[in-house]
Amino acid sequence: MKYVDEFRNPQAVMHLAERIREKTRQPWTIMEICGGQTHAIVRYGLDRLLPSDITLIHGPGCPVCVTPIELIDTACRLARLSHVTLCSFGDMLRVPGTNEDLLTVKAHGGDVRIIYSPLDAIPLAQAYPEREIVLFAVGFETTAPAQAMALLQARRLGLTNLSMIVAHVLVPPAMAAILSSPYHQIQGFLAAGHVCTIMGYEEYEPLCRTYRVPIVVTGFEPLDILEGVYLAVSQLEDGRWTVENQYTRSVKRHGNPEARNIINEVFEPTDRTWRGLGIIEASGLRLREAFRSYDTLEKFRDDIAPLSTISPLPVECQSGQVLQGLLKPIDCPAFASRCTPDRPLGAPMVSSEGACAAYFRYRHQHQPISPKSR
Amino acid sequence: MCLAIPGQIQKIHQDTPLSGIVSFSGITKQICLAMVPEAKVGDYVIVHVGFAISILDERAAQASLALLHDPTVTGLIDESSA
Ligand code: SF4
Repeated sequence: MKYVDEFRNPQAVMHLAERIREKTRQPWTIMEICGGQTHAIVRYGLDRLLPSDITLIHGPGCPVCVTPIELIDTACRLARLSHVTLCSFGDMLRVPGTNEDLLTVKAHGGDVRIIYSPLDAIPLAQAYPEREIVLFAVGFETTAPAQAMALLQARRLGLTNLSMIVAHVLVPPAMAAILSSPYHQIQGFLAAGHVCTIMGYEEYEPLCRTYRVPIVVTGFEPLDILEGVYLAVSQLEDGRWTVENQYTRSVKRHGNPEARNIINEVFEPTDRTWRGLGIIEASGLRLREAFRSYDTLEKFRDDIAPLSTISPLPVECQSGQVLQGLLKPIDCPAFASRCTPDRPLGAPMVSSEGACAAYFRYRHQHQPISPKSR
Repeated sequence: MCLAIPGQIQKIHQDTPLSGIVSFSGITKQICLAMVPEAKVGDYVIVHVGFAISILDERAAQASLALLHDPTVTGLIDESSA
């Protein structure tokens, strides 16, 4: 496949790994933000091709993993209502809430539909005017314009039986939160190529200057990731910090202006709780005033009001540490024993972008202990 | 859920919102093109949750590959664009 195969060429991968080895003179720790990149790194063993001085740590870039447990509980409660059809991406169904997940609700007769695109909710709202269609809108900046388009389309068609739980999160505030933690070990970042495809990379320039970290906007194929690492290491070895764009075939400096306009029309920034990380200022999206009638949490205020807002995570799950790159999944005591993709204790074991799931799938039989774990 | 993959536009429908047929290695799907209104048939786009989010820039892709200084890599891109 064009734009895929040529970026997986094994000789070029080895060649680039060699160039990284030549360049590296001292130890460096680099965080990849996006779970899609984590998945590719673990799947292709890219971290093992790197010199032992380079440590890749996995960031919080899995929107499923950072969705707060209160919102999962709210979605479960709504899905139990007889007149509600809850639409969600498949990854969300197995994420544990306090007492149950959406799959359990579905098994008990709740109308939970797995959608491929937010637009799939539109024909449902048209076909079942007597039902309330609830879109569980999860994702980063990449997904936000698609969710916004679904609402714009609902408004255009005059649909009033569709609403949205907006669980959207934004990447740069989370990077700032990680960098301002006194425990962080990160010296450089690979920024998420598809988030930047929408938003561009101007927002990263102040972060780069304030925290003096190289940030390289990086794609998702093996050669993209290795080139991202090469550019980050080059900056670190030369004592530079700037924003560089490795993923030029998709990312422009200002991103995609159409998509940004669509997001701005429908959403505005708000403070948001990240599962395992806590509240981060202006790190999420909510509906603008003009779209509040589509806000599920307003519409169903009476049905969900009694819900407690403090739902503790299972004590064993170390996902907060994993999401900040402070712990490798295989160093979590529950990993692959009490926590598996079939019986997940935490969200990172569920989602295909979750670091714990990636390690379970590609690593645990071969390598019980991480050589680079810290 | 964050997966975004390249596909090639085969047909454009002038509906609201703008949509088209995109082929992913032979599997075709109806995709919303509202975020890439300048797209033409034959363009490669990155598709995420049913929406094209960018038109892939062939020259930028070639330049990235050329930067890696490996003749086998540029060889591959010629093959796959045939
Ligand atoms: S392995 Fe399971 S319990 Fe441990 S951090 Fe990951 S999701 Fe949580």
